[in-house]
Amino acid sequence: MDKKPRHLMNPLDFSVEELESLMDLAKDIEANREKYAHACAGKKLATLFYEPSTRTRLSFEAAMLNLGGSVLGFASEDSSSAAKGESVSDTLSVVSCYADICAIRHPKEGAPLVASQHASIPVINAGDGGHQHPTQTLTDLLTIRSLDGKIENLVIGLCGDLKFGRTVHSLINALIRYPNIRFVLISPPELRIPDYIREDVLIKNDIPFEEVIKLEEAMPSLDILYMTRVQKERFFNEEDYLRMKGYYILDKKKMTLAKDNMLVLHPLPRVNEISVEVDEDPRAAYFRQAQYGVYIRMALILTLLDIKV
Amino acid sequence: MLNISGIQEGYVLDHIKAGMSLRIYHDLKLDKLTKGTVAIIMNAVSNKMGTKDIIKVECPVDAIDLDILGYIDHNITVNIIKDDKIIEKRALTLPKEIRNVIKCKNPRCITSIEQELDQVFFLSDPDTETYRCKYCETAYNN
Repeated sequence: MDKKPRHLMNPLDFSVEELESLMDLAKDIEANREKYAHACAGKKLATLFYEPSTRTRLSFEAAMLNLGGSVLGFASEDSSSAAKGESVSDTLSVVSCYADICAIRHPKEGAPLVASQHASIPVINAGDGGHQHPTQTLTDLLTIRSLDGKIENLVIGLCGDLKFGRTVHSLINALIRYPNIRFVLISPPELRIPDYIREDVLIKNDIPFEEVIKLEEAMPSLDILYMTRVQKERFFNEEDYLRMKGYYILDKKKMTLAKDNMLVLHPLPRVNEISVEVDEDPRAAYFRQAQYGVYIRMALILTLLDIKV
Repeated sequence: MLNISGIQEGYVLDHIKAGMSLRIYHDLKLDKLTKGTVAIIMNAVSNKMGTKDIIKVECPVDAIDLDILGYIDHNITVNIIKDDKIIEKRALTLPKEIRNVIKCKNPRCITSIEQELDQVFFLSDPDTETYRCKYCETAYNN
């Protein structure tokens, strides 16, 4: 009988040691692209995207193509059998017959978990509503480790929509497993971090943090500034969205307050929260972060398919 | 005084908060018990509680999954009866998982659209008795 496939639903599914191996593999891929160019020859990745996400989908597809594999899938619910009313569980039972591994994004929280329960192939959660987006977290960790050299003794500022921003919640959960991490949570009162993160994660684990309203106040102490977009789709009405989206804009002037070696990260896409004039600043790491996203997804595909190169 | 005879084999669930017995009847799926007699006593006089409900079930002692009682009210006394005698008084604890008893209220949860999906909650914090949906991890509030 075949071995039960391993899935990735939550960034905490991997231990710190397993994450280290994954990031080591990603770094080796970065340094030796040719070595991995045919590692997944003959393998297929299904990208099941029930809601649009150009970036994440292309990143997964680029990762599989870089490994010599091929991709199939759909990019919106309208173009999938879900439009005919097919359940996620049925879709996965079928897709398991077509592909070797799959990445699923779904607006409903927990859909990838349902998928994994019915799949005979590894399933990767590529984002489920406001819940989890583990490959973004793995990307963030790899970026920090690669550009900062370590994931420890860091003051990390998280700025913007901390209430609905799933990348922020996942990142906090992942970072508290590393030594001496301090958080500065920068958000308008309406978009503060939810209680279940503040109390159940930060306070319970004795993680030092402070909550501030002004980005300028926090800038001088930060080693990492993680900016987030105020996501229109997380709001129930347009008025609230318009009122809040302009609150926190990073520009050249605010960057003068930061340390010389601070890194600016962003899960992308940005709307207007980072002014384009910041792009040329060597501390702006968000486009390099997108590149690391491909490397970590390559490492993840290899790991879940148990392919050794 | 109402008289209900003793039972040969089964359970006596005592010290149920008055008015809660019908919910427990449904949550324990006693309506689906194929072999067995159920007696529900409501508003019985109790020295400890003022009034209370009692459920007596005549059935094989392994016929009912009592874990859910711990979630509903861990002050309920569970007496297990065999040959007309109490052979065990079971202490109730919070179950680690509860299935198809409560429903996730998060409109963004997959359980809101995926048919045939069990409603599964896990105990995320015994201190605060918090249960979270297995799928979206949203805490359940009564």
